[in-house]
Amino acid sequence: MIINGVTIDATFAEAFPMKATRAIITAQNEKWAMISAQAMTGFATSVIACGCEAGIERILDPSETPDGRPGVSIMIFAMGGKGLAKQLETRAGQCVLTSPTSALFAGIDGGTRIALGKNLRYFGDGFQVAKLIDGKRYWRIPVMDGEFLAEATTGQVDAVGGGNFLVLAQSQPQALSACEAAIEEMRKIPNVIMPFPGGVVRSGSKVGSKYKALGASTNDAFCPTLKGMTKTDLSPEIESVMEIVIDGLTKEDIDKAMRVGIQAVCDLGAANGIKRISAGNYGGKLGPFHFHLQEIMA
Amino acid sequence: MSALTFTLKQRPDQRVDMSPLVCQKLANLELAEIAALTLQNGKRKIRVDEFFGITGSDTQNIVIKNSFNKLDFIGKELDGGRITVEGDAGAYLGLGMKAGEIEVSGDVGLYAACEMKKGFLTINGNAGDFLGAALPGNKMGMKGGTILVKGNVGERAGDHMRRGNILVEGNAGDYCGSRMTAGTIAVMGQTGRYLGFAMRRGTLLLWNQPQSSARFNDCGAHTLAFLPILFASFKKLNSKFADSSAAFNRVQRYAGDMSEMGRGEVLVKIS
Repeated sequence: MIINGVTIDATFAEAFPMKATRAIITAQNEKWAMISAQAMTGFATSVIACGCEAGIERILDPSETPDGRPGVSIMIFAMGGKGLAKQLETRAGQCVLTSPTSALFAGIDGGTRIALGKNLRYFGDGFQVAKLIDGKRYWRIPVMDGEFLAEATTGQVDAVGGGNFLVLAQSQPQALSACEAAIEEMRKIPNVIMPFPGGVVRSGSKVGSKYKALGASTNDAFCPTLKGMTKTDLSPEIESVMEIVIDGLTKEDIDKAMRVGIQAVCDLGAANGIKRISAGNYGGKLGPFHFHLQEIMA
Repeated sequence: MSALTFTLKQRPDQRVDMSPLVCQKLANLELAEIAALTLQNGKRKIRVDEFFGITGSDTQNIVIKNSFNKLDFIGKELDGGRITVEGDAGAYLGLGMKAGEIEVSGDVGLYAACEMKKGFLTINGNAGDFLGAALPGNKMGMKGGTILVKGNVGERAGDHMRRGNILVEGNAGDYCGSRMTAGTIAVMGQTGRYLGFAMRRGTLLLWNQPQSSARFNDCGAHTLAFLPILFASFKKLNSKFADSSAAFNRVQRYAGDMSEMGRGEVLVKIS
């Protein structure tokens, strides 16, 4: 398959079941809601070492938030429910509770309920106040700038993590420009996050390493500087490869995000140095979710 | 299916215990069986059809017409369905109500919605003393649900209240929110003496400055984030509380009762 001179490999991305949750952070203005959201989703690029994968889903208009203030919707993904709950609680406690003017609300009404402000209330040292409004419990925790308002729980749902595609380009600037264009379009899709810095990862990994202590190491088949010294997957003109990883609430959400992302890359086309789109997988043996690039773009 | 309607034929001299006529108890009964039920009237038991003309068949939608202030225990432990009272109601309206809706077009007597657990109660007139309170000797009053009073409420509204909302468009009598453990009472009109007497936790939300009390300490003026959410939850009500002009988030906060636990609050609108 070739789109606008870009070859779409007959391969697939392999993804895994994860647990996910969503929270809504509001603040006096969008700037402070975003600062809090960025802190809460920081150091959360990969479950390999961060404990979770997190990202900003979208900016919310005041009409969309529970308290009518500007807000940001964030999502957190982890391999298990316990780990997710722990990450949510520690991040909410250190990054949202601490952030001036912030409030924190559930972003998923159904699913298994996990603590959002339920345990943060103890920070109130007995001065905290519960309010049950329309069946939802909120905690009002006195803090130095006024009150921190947090909904007691949010929903945890089954989700999919690790959807991905690789952009193979003639130069590093061209690969990055293409990925930036893809991310801009993919951020418009609901229910997905791209957890890596700016949504793009330049250090795609393979399973295993020559060093016993490491479970993953550089994906040498796609490293352009190793073309002459390893079993490469790159043709001579490829000088740079970047990857976009997608976590989503459902397989369909990731499908949509991959489609608009790959389309944005292909719109730049061969004329802008984009040569191929590929994807990372483990032979289909590890992850139950397979995203076949050619099917997605058909 | 039309509402099961009980029309009072004439007002008895003695009080009537209406507790058998709730939706869940009538659910599987034929009209003749309902007519044959007996109601305690003073020291006598009287058949329902001696008191009321009965029409309609929907036992989950009960209407009581020509009601007056000696019909007690209407909607006692109601567990779903709707009861509409045309006229006044006596004491213990909605006692221990578990779910469903009750609406009264007139006034109600003592202990309305006392120990209510869930559901929605609308009183279009005035309510007597001990609205949403605990029965004498009990420690827990209203535990959930919402009471909307469009008129005034008597003394001791929300006494020992544990959870839920009492919304009063008019005035509240003395000892409003006394011995409250938690929950919210909102009063648009004036409040009487001894507001929040021995209150432990909970919120009294006021539109007008109450009489000052040595038992409550001024915590200053604040913009509270939960108030817009609370007012948003009132939007669905047929009430002044639903008007967007009624909403505010800037309040003077008083903490008390300092002679008790002192974790309660009186929030007064800053206009």
